Amino acid sequence: MSISLAELSRVAVFLQEHAEEVQAGDGGGLAAYAWLIPVVPMVVAFLILFFGKYSPWKGWGMATAALGFVAVYGAVLAVANLRDGIVAEFSVNVGDIGTFAIEWGWVVDGLSILMFFLVGVVGFLVFVYAKGYMRGDARYTWFFAAFTLFAGGMLVLVSAPNFIQLIVGWELVGVSSYLLIGHYWEDMDNIDAANKAFMTNKVADAALFIGAIIMSLSAGSFQFSEIFARMIGGETTLAQFGFWAGLAIFIGAMGKSAQFPLHVWLPDAMAGPTPVSALMHAATMVTAGVYLIARLFPFYQLPDFSGSLNTIIVIIGAITLLFMGLLAIVQDDIKRVLAYSTVSQLGYMVAALGVGAYTAGLFHLFTHAFFKSLLFLGAGSIIHAVHSNNMSDMGGLRKYMPVTFWTFLIGTAALVGIFPFAGFWSKDEIISSAYFNATNDPEFAAWFMVVLSILGAFITAFYMARVVSLTFFGTYLGDAKPHESPAIMTVPLVALAVGAATTGLLNIPGLTAVFTDWVTTRAFPIVEHHFAQPEYILIAIITPVVLLGLFIGWRLFGPSAELHHTGTSGEAADVSAPERTVAVERDTFRIPALYPVLENKYYIDDLYMNGIVRPTMGPIAAATLWVDMNVVDAVPNLAAGVAKQAAASVAVIDDNAVDGVYNLAGASTGATGSFLRQFFPGRVQQYVALSFAGVVIFAALFVIF
Amino acid sequence: MTIVQWILLGAAMFSVGLYGVLTRRNAVLVLASVEIMLAAVNINLVAFDTYLADPEFTGQILALFVIALAAAEVGIGIAIILMIFRNRHSADVDELNLMKY
Repeated sequence: MSISLAELSRVAVFLQEHAEEVQAGDGGGLAAYAWLIPVVPMVVAFLILFFGKYSPWKGWGMATAALGFVAVYGAVLAVANLRDGIVAEFSVNVGDIGTFAIEWGWVVDGLSILMFFLVGVVGFLVFVYAKGYMRGDARYTWFFAAFTLFAGGMLVLVSAPNFIQLIVGWELVGVSSYLLIGHYWEDMDNIDAANKAFMTNKVADAALFIGAIIMSLSAGSFQFSEIFARMIGGETTLAQFGFWAGLAIFIGAMGKSAQFPLHVWLPDAMAGPTPVSALMHAATMVTAGVYLIARLFPFYQLPDFSGSLNTIIVIIGAITLLFMGLLAIVQDDIKRVLAYSTVSQLGYMVAALGVGAYTAGLFHLFTHAFFKSLLFLGAGSIIHAVHSNNMSDMGGLRKYMPVTFWTFLIGTAALVGIFPFAGFWSKDEIISSAYFNATNDPEFAAWFMVVLSILGAFITAFYMARVVSLTFFGTYLGDAKPHESPAIMTVPLVALAVGAATTGLLNIPGLTAVFTDWVTTRAFPIVEHHFAQPEYILIAIITPVVLLGLFIGWRLFGPSAELHHTGTSGEAADVSAPERTVAVERDTFRIPALYPVLENKYYIDDLYMNGIVRPTMGPIAAATLWVDMNVVDAVPNLAAGVAKQAAASVAVIDDNAVDGVYNLAGASTGATGSFLRQFFPGRVQQYVALSFAGVVIFAALFVIF
Repeated sequence: MTIVQWILLGAAMFSVGLYGVLTRRNAVLVLASVEIMLAAVNINLVAFDTYLADPEFTGQILALFVIALAAAEVGIGIAIILMIFRNRHSADVDELNLMKY
């Protein structure tokens, strides 16, 4: 793919023609001190690690204060950004590699402020909730240290102005998610889940490194702004390798954002505590991939390769949004349903960025953060009450847990896209953008996405109707006595419910454009289509589709679909006993051909396990064992052998020479004693006589001489 | 009386005592014989002191020390003999052959 300079200048002209004028300031001191946003949680994470146990609330207080600080700073930045527009970038040189500068810095623009705000606000509410949820946990302080590190890593990532720092944050998020998913490591399944998340992400990370290196080497800098500047200014190498760099970076994003076929880790990541799932699915971790594509959006929009690259992105996103949604139907674990739902919604976001709908994709990310964290925290509240993740242990909880029920219902309405809740506006904007692309520039991918998006909306409505029906309606089937959660858990639910209900109103086509103004303040202008009014034709299609999905779901899984088996309990002879319900069967709807495929997750996990993990792991394990036994162990074995030999020879000397002296002295003394003893039979008077004889002899000698 | 007579008396008493120590079988009488020997020594000490007209009476003071020492020796000796008698129901020195061990 060779590109002439003429074509590159066309790129520049294209961007200039389509770019909207961004009136932006540098944010002054507000932006200059924004480095505090990633630094404070990182520092606090380590403070908790070392001093958490001795601090008030055992670490929770510090963690929540750090996130509260980020939330407040993010909100202040957001307001300042909406008023004046902030585009600022700061970098501190850390060192050089050849001609490449390694820098640490922070970007403050619409996109990063969005993430600061989301991580801060959602994180703060989730941390508050976690105090109630994690009460009595054995590793309470450690949990909050890792959780703060998780949020801090994400903030390092989103504040990064260059690839190096982005990758540092990217890996911090990866490693802290590993720690948190495996938080209950007493259970082998949870360790496997943590490993799976880490390994799957590593595969994607390798692609990200390759892409980042290609892009940075081609552009001659790690700096995003430099890369964009060279790209628009006519850097031929970058245009040549752009497709491959973009593809590799997208694969990296697929890993973190759980796009098909690298989605396998996210449902398993439910092994972690529920607050982790809530934050991971809302503001940190999975949004990192979407954020990365959004950050590099000007790059992905270069006309030279954007066609083929974006087709791939759209198709991957569209497949993810529909097929992962289908998997949510067959899950019994309520958190897994929500996990597949997240994967599906991430598909919407990725596909939206693929069709060039920058604002729409980020808008869905924004609204999704509120309603998905709400749904997760609601699920956590239920799990807290019934001590089970499985919906077969729930039912009828509406009566016991009214706050959880109503907030969960608002979250559901927002997720499926009921007017006027948040998801309605954001999802509609995505589908409208796809529809606009499909009609203006008819190509397969855009139509593919439109159709799959509408089907996806149906599926979303269907499985959410199932979740709500099985959880809150019908007969309660669990063993524990359900109760409403304490205020520390319900207050965050209510706060998030307010967000889920109202955030959609920020960007009503033709009416409000707060969110568009928010995220389009960037150094490199965003080229995208804005709608003057809602696409009524799409609303006319989607709303009935969603309602139909809800209705079918309610009919198939609601109280009316419960099978009550009646009979007499106990003795058969006791015929006079009144008949009563002895068993309740629910969740009985099955499509015979489809369900085995869905229940086995399209066999993708099996394919990875049997096709990649086991064939790789077996020989590698055998080889490393051999190396360990024969090479690594050889050194200590040799050392031990030499030491043993030396010890043996020393022992010979010790036994014979050193001990010999003492033994000889002892033995000769003993022998002398035995010899002399025979002359002295032990009689006192004999001794006295001998003594006297001695005296006489001496006296005689004295007289003679 | 001359010095010779005192010396002869001392030598005679010493010989009597020595004879008693060597021939008596009762440990108490052996001890009594030892006292006789000490008394003979005391006689010699006092006799020579007087004969030499020591202005500081060294011999007599030494005799007093010997008397005190003899009293202490008898105290310990009687106690030992008492213990031996209790253990062995006998104070016969011929049977006391434990000293070689």
